[in-house]
Amino acid sequence: MQWLDIIVQGALVGGLYALFATGLSLIFGVMRLVNLAHGDLIVLAAFLSLACVQHLGFSPALSLAIVVPGMALLGYAMQRVMLNRTLGGDILPPLLVTFGLSIVIQNTLLEAFSADSRKLHFGGIETASIRLLPGVSIGWYPLIVLLAAVVVIGGLQLALYRTRLGAAMRATSDDPVTVRLMGVDNRHLFALAMAASLSVCAIAGVLMAGWTNFDPLSGPERLLYAFEAVIIGGLGSLWGTLAGGMILGIAQSVGGAFDPGWQILAGHLAFLVVLSATPRGLFPRMAD
Amino acid sequence: MSTFVATAGRPARARQAARAFALTAIAALLLGLPWWGTAWLGRAVEIAYMLSLAMLWNLLAGFAGVVSIGQQAFVGLGGYALFALVILAGVPPLAALPLAGVVAAVVALPVALLLFRLRGPHLAIGSWVVAEVFRLVAAQISALGGGSGQSLPVAAVRGIARSRSAREAITYFIALALAALCLALVWGLLRARQGLGLTAMRDSEAAAASLGVNVRRLKLTVFVAVAGATGLLGALIFLQTLRISPDAAFSVTDWTANVIFIVVIGGIGTLEGPFAGTAVFFLFRGLFAGFGGWYMIALGALAILVMLLAPAGLCGAVSHRFGVTLFPMRRRLGTAPAAAPGLPTASPN
Repeated sequence: MQWLDIIVQGALVGGLYALFATGLSLIFGVMRLVNLAHGDLIVLAAFLSLACVQHLGFSPALSLAIVVPGMALLGYAMQRVMLNRTLGGDILPPLLVTFGLSIVIQNTLLEAFSADSRKLHFGGIETASIRLLPGVSIGWYPLIVLLAAVVVIGGLQLALYRTRLGAAMRATSDDPVTVRLMGVDNRHLFALAMAASLSVCAIAGVLMAGWTNFDPLSGPERLLYAFEAVIIGGLGSLWGTLAGGMILGIAQSVGGAFDPGWQILAGHLAFLVVLSATPRGLFPRMAD
Repeated sequence: MSTFVATAGRPARARQAARAFALTAIAALLLGLPWWGTAWLGRAVEIAYMLSLAMLWNLLAGFAGVVSIGQQAFVGLGGYALFALVILAGVPPLAALPLAGVVAAVVALPVALLLFRLRGPHLAIGSWVVAEVFRLVAAQISALGGGSGQSLPVAAVRGIARSRSAREAITYFIALALAALCLALVWGLLRARQGLGLTAMRDSEAAAASLGVNVRRLKLTVFVAVAGATGLLGALIFLQTLRISPDAAFSVTDWTANVIFIVVIGGIGTLEGPFAGTAVFFLFRGLFAGFGGWYMIALGALAILVMLLAPAGLCGAVSHRFGVTLFPMRRRLGTAPAAAPGLPTASPN
């Protein structure tokens, strides 16, 4: 029963990792951009929520009403002003600009909020749990996060496969030049995709803030988890990303059961094992 | 044709003599530094290894097109290899230093084989994961101090040199030698046949491959060579500080972020870039280090602006404007009068 519990808890963490990863996956799918500031943007959203709670007296859940549109606007502006200029054949400019952005966000947060470790309080729901079997219980909070991940991924799938905008995004992913000939303004389209990505970051950041401690320098770790979930799950498949997040969570949970020092290491090693076994991940949909 | 005229207008021999004189003067100045006083030696060592790391990262990312954000893996590995050889195997520190470079190069081969399964931008984050794995493993080795790290034993430190000033001078000469080695590696490689392959590969992998460049092997060679040299520098860095810990050894800010900023600001894909970038970096740090995080914010913002507005960096802007380069390696049309008209000889100039 103990091992079953460890695996169930790990799979539940996978919901949070899938939320980390969805935005990264979407951006790469639409414009082949790897956003190295992704983890820091998640942490930025967590701090924005903290500021809403501290200064406006909002509850963390209500802060989503400000943080999600705020991050979406930031994403749109960031793409239009900065990132669209870096796209092209060369992989260097987008990587280096987003890496610079990552350092700027980390240090701005450090100046604004100090290096202290923070956590948001959702008012008791974090500790409530349901008992499934003797020795195996599921926390309400992890369950809500997993549900949020399923809703976000399902919603994005619907948007990508059932709407005109989604069709334009998929078409841009396949062939950006031809799409422009069809009259699609890809600068605007990319900015909308980045806005969607940062909205998911906002949800992920606020939910993360109620689950684990975070500090201004904890962004890169989130980026690595997100990236590992994407690669384990296979490029271009959002449901695969959810599975990848769960595999990562289970690996960490099993590693942590042996020795707390092995928790994060076990996750990284699971990623490297998948990479050496099948470089395209477990459920790939995209060639690149 | 303007470069042709400018080159021909000044006698080549006079130019070579001027260059030789300047090089001798710089070398004499650098070699004589320990006799001027030891106050600046620590800083000089730091400048030398940051410059070397920048040259190596520039070779890797700017020329070979392998954008790694995990070079701290090899800095830390070199440092830890040095400490392990000294503490666990009793090797004298100065003998352990080259061995640490060998260890880094040997480990780099399987790492490269694994990472090269990831394409372009994904390799960047993959290399970061590898560096994190190294950091977490180092924190688990209790014989080397675990998470809190360890100092180099006093006996081993005494073994380097009797007095502190003599040890600092030795460290300085090693740093100088390693910087020269890195410059020789980068410049030598770029002027060689492989260098042409490298730049061709950077511009278009498919085209280079179709012209007979073995892209994969060339990238692998550069990655391993750069990792070995980075490991040597890591060993030097922690020979200077005499203390190592996982967080210091595998710091992404110190050994990769700062290095990337140096290269980007100076000019990525140019040989002079790391020199200009290092100068800007230490000037900037000297002026603004007291402002804490604001200094990193300014540095990051500057790198973003350079990448957006002048992607060739400081040196690219200067050489484009004035046609001056410090380390010429561009192949120009030959100026030799013997060349048959219509058949210009390409020679590295």
